[in-house]
Amino acid sequence: MNKTVTFRIWRGDANGGKFVDYTTEITEGLVVLDVVHKIQAQQANDLAVRWNCKAGKCGSCSAEVNGMPKLMCMTRMDTLDITKPITIEPMRAFPSIRDLATDVSWNFRVKTKIKKFNPRKPDCEDGTWRMQQEDVDRVQEFRKCIECFLCQDVCHVLRDHHKHDEFIGPRFLVYTAALEMHPLDTEDRLAELKQSQGIGYCNITKCCTKVCPEHITITDNAIIPLKERVVDEFYDPFAWVWKKLRPKG
Amino acid sequence: MDYADTLPKQRSFGQTTRPDAWWLQPLVVFLGFSAFIIYSTWAAFQGVGDMQTGVPSYWFGGEHGEHGGANYLSPFYSPEFWGVSPHAILGATLPGWFPKWAPFSPAFLILWIPAGFRFTCYYYRGAYYKAFWADPINCAVGEPRKKFLGELSFPLIIQNVHRYFFYLAFLFIILLSYDAWLGMWFTDKAGKGHFGIGVGTIVLILNAVFLAMYTFGCHSLRHLVGGFLDSKSKAPTCAKAYSCVSCLNIRHMMWAWISLFWVGFTDVYVRLCATGHLTDFVFFKL
Repeated sequence: MNKTVTFRIWRGDANGGKFVDYTTEITEGLVVLDVVHKIQAQQANDLAVRWNCKAGKCGSCSAEVNGMPKLMCMTRMDTLDITKPITIEPMRAFPSIRDLATDVSWNFRVKTKIKKFNPRKPDCEDGTWRMQQEDVDRVQEFRKCIECFLCQDVCHVLRDHHKHDEFIGPRFLVYTAALEMHPLDTEDRLAELKQSQGIGYCNITKCCTKVCPEHITITDNAIIPLKERVVDEFYDPFAWVWKKLRPKG
Repeated sequence: MDYADTLPKQRSFGQTTRPDAWWLQPLVVFLGFSAFIIYSTWAAFQGVGDMQTGVPSYWFGGEHGEHGGANYLSPFYSPEFWGVSPHAILGATLPGWFPKWAPFSPAFLILWIPAGFRFTCYYYRGAYYKAFWADPINCAVGEPRKKFLGELSFPLIIQNVHRYFFYLAFLFIILLSYDAWLGMWFTDKAGKGHFGIGVGTIVLILNAVFLAMYTFGCHSLRHLVGGFLDSKSKAPTCAKAYSCVSCLNIRHMMWAWISLFWVGFTDVYVRLCATGHLTDFVFFKL
């Protein structure tokens, strides 16, 4: 049976905008992106919305649904209260382009500043390495990231305090963790993490973990372990002594 | 143009388009932590009066069979260095260097350790930054302040001391387990100990267990036992320890709350027994 729903969509650009109500009918099994597309086709042909895979894997349709960062293609209508208008707005941690589309290019610039994967010399003469599965299990969780940037959007350090020049955000702390904890990697990224990448700004609100559509345990498995490595390197005198004394090899 | 100028303006405090009861979680945390802080402070100050009267309200038992010969010490007072219970390691007389004008309770010497461990705990940090400092009050909700220092500089850079509090908290698990063991021995009129289990014994055992589940799920411990390694396959003992700690760490928040409640409840139970408001039921005594 068809039901009527009102979508309150933010319309505007970098210079400003406002919420506009669109009422439409929905059927069973729809997701938010389907309804936005229906509104775009029938009522607002000029509505800007970014999307691609409709399967929760490309990370394009990131927006804020009822105030929380979500992938529109993975938010089922039957999880929302349709008796009240549903608010759809663009991510707030990035500059607005138009309507629901934001300019996320800052993220790509940040990524270029992180030291690249630098593997040790190959283990075999044919130029290959040998690793145990248990050693890569930890970093495989981080590789599930689809770069939807919802974690960046919800992070109050970026969203509210605009520390884009001093803090790389949860997405790139996960990226750094994937490199830093990789069993083959030899690079040291701790000094940058502490200084230019501002890991100390994270105050562990776990909002990034809450919104991750890939259910990566961002705070507990990536950020806190990195914070602990920074403590080893810069704040813990016992760790400095232990590093000197512990058996090598 | 500065990049920050291209971003949407910061929302005002509490401003959000979330229609849910986002204020409920921080409110519950605020009330829960506040209740514990107020109660534990009151309980610690009770020791000041106890030192003057010589009658401990933080210990229930009797060395000569009184009160069924029980031996329950409140966890807020363990270890007891100077105090008026038989647990006092250095007796009831304060050392000469201790200022006469300063109030003294045995709890003052030790409560800062579990308090420091919890204050610097990664779970608690996230929870009280939201509930007490509204930074942010909840995810995607406007904040009251524009300035933000995080844990990058003083004072919150001090949170990096957490692992040192863990080392001290670990000692407390041993001490509180020993107190639970002592709670299993009931003294008769002749001063002889008999193994037994009372309600207080179970309360003390659960206290040690819950605190251990919380303490051994610590993020710093997780790092120290194996998280610092990239190739755990080369250190199987570390790998095993890491997976054990990770197992507890997944429910760190749950153990944080259970142990917080239970340590407070243990003090309440011992105190009610010690002040004669409650009778301890002993299941058996050999």
